[in-house]
Amino acid sequence: MATAQHAPHATGHSAAANPSALRASQVVGGYGERAVLHGVSLEVNAGEMLAIVGPNGAGKSTLLRILGGSLRAWRGEVEVLGAPLGSLDRRALARRVAVVGQDNQVAFSFTVLEVVLMGRAPHLGSYHFESPADLALARAALARFDLTDLAARPIQELSGGERKRVFLARALAQEPRIALLDEPTAHLDLRHVADIFARFGELRAERGLAVVATLHDLNAAALYADRVLLLKDGVARGCGAPHEVLTEEKLREVYETEVYVGHNPATGALVVLPGAPRETRFKS
Amino acid sequence: MSGTAHGTAPNTDPIPVRAPARGAGAANTTFAPGDTLGGAHLTRLKLTVTLGALAMVVMVSAIVAVAFGSVHISLVRAIREAHSPDRAIFLSVRLPRVLMGAAVGAALAAVGAALQALVRNPLAEGGILGISGGGALGAIVALVAVAGHGGGAFAVPLSAFGAALLSTVMVYRLAVVDGRLEPFTLLLVGVIFNAIWGAAIMLVNSVVNYYHVHDIVFWLMGSLEAPTYAEVATVAALSVAGLAVLLARARDLNLLSLGDEAAGELGVEVDAMRRLVFVATSVMVAAAVSVSGIISFVGLIVPHVLRLAFGADHRLLLPASFLGGAAFLMLADLVARVATAPTELPVGAVTALCGGPFFIYMLRREGRGPLAL
Repeated sequence: MATAQHAPHATGHSAAANPSALRASQVVGGYGERAVLHGVSLEVNAGEMLAIVGPNGAGKSTLLRILGGSLRAWRGEVEVLGAPLGSLDRRALARRVAVVGQDNQVAFSFTVLEVVLMGRAPHLGSYHFESPADLALARAALARFDLTDLAARPIQELSGGERKRVFLARALAQEPRIALLDEPTAHLDLRHVADIFARFGELRAERGLAVVATLHDLNAAALYADRVLLLKDGVARGCGAPHEVLTEEKLREVYETEVYVGHNPATGALVVLPGAPRETRFKS
Repeated sequence: MSGTAHGTAPNTDPIPVRAPARGAGAANTTFAPGDTLGGAHLTRLKLTVTLGALAMVVMVSAIVAVAFGSVHISLVRAIREAHSPDRAIFLSVRLPRVLMGAAVGAALAAVGAALQALVRNPLAEGGILGISGGGALGAIVALVAVAGHGGGAFAVPLSAFGAALLSTVMVYRLAVVDGRLEPFTLLLVGVIFNAIWGAAIMLVNSVVNYYHVHDIVFWLMGSLEAPTYAEVATVAALSVAGLAVLLARARDLNLLSLGDEAAGELGVEVDAMRRLVFVATSVMVAAAVSVSGIISFVGLIVPHVLRLAFGADHRLLLPASFLGGAAFLMLADLVARVATAPTELPVGAVTALCGGPFFIYMLRREGRGPLAL
């Protein structure tokens, strides 16, 4: 879905033009004594979007935490733009990778603009003031997520969906090469879900942003992701193009429920619907 | 896989700012102070003006505080006449006391602002978290132990510092559940520690001879009575040094309000930062407690009011609290000195009488808002 028309120096050489942004191999990790991931590998190139899907407790968020440096993998390797994750300090990592978690609470009444400006922190000293360039980046990020009018509002007055967009704008102001998004569309209505993916589509095309998003919404994964990683019990049960991974057979096995996979007759896009077996269907 | 063929710009290249695709501000991507977003974040101008105004408030408070007291003196005569009793009272009693009030108030309020950020809870302060109580116990034990042996001048503040730090660490450790700092648990543990330290002080009180009892009440209630200039200078120096450390972490404290994990993902070494801020605040509280005992609520009220007035950014809130705390405690001590003259109220009682109802009000108010923790 991303197109090359915005790329400034299209080379047409796909290996050189799409360098690996994020690579993980055989990652094992968890909390305390409890292993959540049992050897998961993935690779995302610049400009690509990878959706991580799977049932509750599959390890999606844990994987994202490890990729974002908040949780250390027990075994396995993670490479960020070719550098081992462990070789980057937190600030260096934050200049390359932005994370938007599920918890978007803010403890004090910072304004929306102040929260978005926090994305500039890894680029600034502790007591430095934001330069006009920093403010311009924050404003551009606000505008991209349709938040310009909310800039001066205290973040705590915003709805859950607005707050989610503020955090996405903050991640954008961070100028990352890689964005890790944990359920970016939770709390968002239909229009904003489409908007968010459109914005990230632009960013992928414009600046080669690599996106890794956990998604419960399999239709969104089918529609917007270049590749899908299907996780269950900390093990990858499939990784590839949406039509390869999101099949009735695989989804039935992973989610342990009946699933219908078809195509939207209007657009041809892959559609995933819950589908009970014929004999237990409601009769009407 | 997408058929994307991207430019191979080096990673370090700044990404040019593009005109926003949509939104009302699309036409204007360069920011100038004073445009529509001017009030939405902290600017250098706002910082300068606010701190300048607060510095004036401190000056006026200091002049009022030295001008009035249980005895009437003439400031004009104190300045002009070298051998007047006015000058003697001014220099030996009133000025050091007012300066000490400023130094202690500044330290306590800045500590309150920093601790509130650290635990993401606007109800935190040195007293609530048990730091002051620990410091007071340390001071009292040292006072009783070294009394008559000399060396008390060093032992008391050092013991206060050590005990304050120990108390901080214990409260903090007990409030961490599954690697996460639980704000509510922290408050409860702090309150319990405060009670334990209070009981321990009473225990000491009941076993020492009568001579010490007045001193112990002094520590418990808080007083700025009769400090020496050396004490004033020490507390002021530690307060300023502590503030400098906190200011160096001001942006990190802002980021911490997003949560530990989000702060880490924005480049903050959260554990190291938290340790540094805990040590700095413990030094500041210990310095204050070692000369003035437990003066509560300064660290609660001052940052809260200033946050409402000027916003939550700690680059402004920390120095503003420092100045605001100085002014507040100088004036509270003025009330303590003149309200029942010629006898004197403990200044800690004055601040608690202001702060107690204020605390209840905040608790009720926050309980209903998004800050319910």
